[in-house]
Amino acid sequence: MNQIQVAAPGLLTTVQDLGREGFGPLGVSPSGAADPIALRIGNRLVGNPEASAGLEMTLLGGTFVFPEGAVAALTGSDFGAMLDAVAVHAWASFGVKPGQTLRLGPTRSGARCYLSVQGGIDVERFLGSASTHLLSGLGGLDGRALRKGDVLNIGNARGPSATATRKISTKTLELFAPRKILRVTPGPQSDWFSGAAQRTFYGATYRVTEEANRMGLRLEGPAIPEGAHRHASGEERGDASGEERGQMISEGVSLGAVQVAAGGQPIILFVEQQTTGGYAKIANVISADLSSLGQLRPRDEIRFEHVDFATARSLLFGQERLLGSV
Amino acid sequence: MGARMSENAGFRAASDQSLLIYFGQQITREASENVRKLLRLLEREPIPGVRNLHPAYCSLLVKFDPLKLQHSELEGILRACLERMQSMDLPAPRVVDIPVCYGHEFGPDLKEVAALHRMTEAKVVELHTAKEYLVYFLGFVPGFAYLGELPEALVTPRLATPRRIVPPGSVGIAGNQTGVYPFVTPGGWRLLGRTPLAMFQKDREGLSLLAIGDHVRFSPITRERFVELEQQARKRPSSERGAFMPQPKVGSREASAQEMPGGKPA
Repeated sequence: MNQIQVAAPGLLTTVQDLGREGFGPLGVSPSGAADPIALRIGNRLVGNPEASAGLEMTLLGGTFVFPEGAVAALTGSDFGAMLDAVAVHAWASFGVKPGQTLRLGPTRSGARCYLSVQGGIDVERFLGSASTHLLSGLGGLDGRALRKGDVLNIGNARGPSATATRKISTKTLELFAPRKILRVTPGPQSDWFSGAAQRTFYGATYRVTEEANRMGLRLEGPAIPEGAHRHASGEERGDASGEERGQMISEGVSLGAVQVAAGGQPIILFVEQQTTGGYAKIANVISADLSSLGQLRPRDEIRFEHVDFATARSLLFGQERLLGSV
Repeated sequence: MGARMSENAGFRAASDQSLLIYFGQQITREASENVRKLLRLLEREPIPGVRNLHPAYCSLLVKFDPLKLQHSELEGILRACLERMQSMDLPAPRVVDIPVCYGHEFGPDLKEVAALHRMTEAKVVELHTAKEYLVYFLGFVPGFAYLGELPEALVTPRLATPRRIVPPGSVGIAGNQTGVYPFVTPGGWRLLGRTPLAMFQKDREGLSLLAIGDHVRFSPITRERFVELEQQARKRPSSERGAFMPQPKVGSREASAQEMPGGKPA
């Protein structure tokens, strides 16, 4: 069986596909690629189904030896990849000859780079997905990040040969470029926050802290005033008294939810998120911008831009059309 | 009755791909029953385009494929479900017994909880084991069950500063809730003891020891019994032991990459 030998794992490299949906009632979040657009394109470049498993590298890439060669592609951020002594272009498929070594370094752009190989990474599936869920130690390769000496199996390849290079045009790539102005729709407790709080949130620049990973991104910036937390139900919102401060009851939380924790700093929930939570959500990152979250690094500066649900929907449709044309 | 149900439920968009249904804004057994009935109905008869369900105390988050469904359309379908679920019965609850070794290093907060309520540690244990608790829902992390309600005399605020690392199996209390941590996570609940049982296991039917709607009873065990049960679990082949429980090395780069910034931990 064709394999990949891990000579160096990089900072945090995991097996990811597009995640496992449907296990919220067990408290299991979907996990999956932090930048699913990059993984989907990588899979298309090597002739795999879009949801095949690849390797997700974080900030610092790994070194991989291919004893029997492979057809591969790198997508996402530029990690300065070298195949033996030759630089590798990202966003294009390339052939790896038997015995060659692919070496990646520190990122030169965003947080994550994806390695896709023809046939996909073949690991035992957990709840229908190859995705690693780090917190619970499930999925992927033994539920953990790769280590030196690991050997990964490559699935049966049925794609085009190594000579038929496929690539993404620069013009198309620009349309998928990660955004630093994240578009958001209102969150379920948006009306708990005062006008002043909303102005702070939409007007300020927030910095991504070191506590940014697959579970969530903690931000720092101007504190968002909590305001009067009133009951969120329709009946009580009309209550003019405003005397009664509502109690936030833990509820299901969505991917990309922007919750405001004690102290007024926002936290964005991400792919390996907790499934329920007890903080008020002022906004939610739109589906079309979720991939951008996967490329944010600590110390990056971001802003939030309000859009309505119809706009969020048409942006997603536009993105999917574009992906379909790649 | 049916019409009232649909009128009383509140709907709210949570994101461009999810919709929240609220059965009031209070934690009540009735709201919880409605959550469980709707969950059961949607699990039996899935709505095309619905991807995931997140039940909680008095709400259900429905995640959908935004390329296939819109909020208004889904709300219409769910309103019809609310009418139909009125005649549904919930299954009789399973009663699950969870052995707990209270105190020692397993329950570092037992002493303080006893002091706060001006009772003996034995009384805290007696109260905690006296009731049968309802699993309101599983959330936070895989297999974490929100159990309620604690006896009035045991209601205790959560820790002001959450622990960075809570060992798996730890049994904690917060407010009028109690629960067992399945994995190493940060946590703000006050820890009374620990169970040797695995709460979430890869190769087990249903994966989670507890399911929504179950009833739970805690029973005190000695330290010797805890060690015995823990060793029995260890002797099983690793494929049966299930979830690998990572012990993050504090301060290492890998550990910092895995810390949980998700906010209010259980």
